[in-house]
Amino acid sequence: MSAAHEHPGSAAHGEHHPQASVYYVVFAALLVLLAVTVGVAQFDLGPLNFFVAALIATTKALLIMLFFMHVRYSPPLIWLVAFAGFAWLAILFAFTLADYLTR
Amino acid sequence: MPAHDAALAHHFHDASQQRRAAELGMWLFLVTEFMFFGGLFLAYLVYRHWYPKEFALGSHTMDLALGTINTFVLLTSSLTMALSVHAAAASNRRMLILCLWGTIFLGAIFLGIKAYEYHHKYVEHHIPFGGLEFHAQSPHRLGLATFYNLYFLMTGLHALHMVIGIVLMLVLVVLAYRGGLLGPRSIIVHNSGLYWHFVDLVWVYLFPFFYLIAARGGGHG
Repeated sequence: MSAAHEHPGSAAHGEHHPQASVYYVVFAALLVLLAVTVGVAQFDLGPLNFFVAALIATTKALLIMLFFMHVRYSPPLIWLVAFAGFAWLAILFAFTLADYLTR
Repeated sequence: MPAHDAALAHHFHDASQQRRAAELGMWLFLVTEFMFFGGLFLAYLVYRHWYPKEFALGSHTMDLALGTINTFVLLTSSLTMALSVHAAAASNRRMLILCLWGTIFLGAIFLGIKAYEYHHKYVEHHIPFGGLEFHAQSPHRLGLATFYNLYFLMTGLHALHMVIGIVLMLVLVVLAYRGGLLGPRSIIVHNSGLYWHFVDLVWVYLFPFFYLIAARGGGHG
């Protein structure tokens, strides 16, 4: 992982990159999560089905963002932009659903 | 001042700054894309709350096997995309071209399976627009039409993003064959990768929301 923590010094390699093995591990984790979400859907858990599916999807999304999209290795400004995007989406979802789900 | 090199635009101080600026710009674009699909997902949640029974009925008509295979195909294409970015940064031209072709190939398989599913929906009369014959029983007709409208709108927009992504990858392959995109110029591959992973990320939510919404096992699985 030493390459991942290298500081952008030289111009040609001014970026943080994990080793390729990280991608294979993340890919394997994504496949396990896919199997789990399809497997869980075979059981009737009532309203829990939806929340479990959404939870697993969010876990997969986080893995993709952090590793495949390099957020984990990106400067704080990228973190801020990505987080700000989700913060505004959360406001949209929270206030709209607060209305519709309580009617 | 650093020595001027062809990969560095004159208004940037150095390659690192240029790279960070390009990446930031791509992320700002992706945030607008998050907002765009976010609104549709919100519409999905509201309508799902209004028509829980119809959404369950609708999701039972989806082909779970094909949806699972397509998710697998798309996740694999994200792996080949990540490896493309890795190869470009490491100036490994052969590996870059190989992984880009892999990504294109897997993206095309995804679209092929999606087209087959759309055709199946057409045959089953599950398309509630375009003046086509729409088969649904009267108490559930409106809710089912809403489900299928959202299905075609959201997966259709996702497929459109896939088509754009594949065209982008074909451009990258041409540039890679010409010897570009390597080392300091790999930011183009990096940003294209961000786009591809974003499209994958949207599908990660579309798949459970349309295919897995209701239990299929009926009690004991």
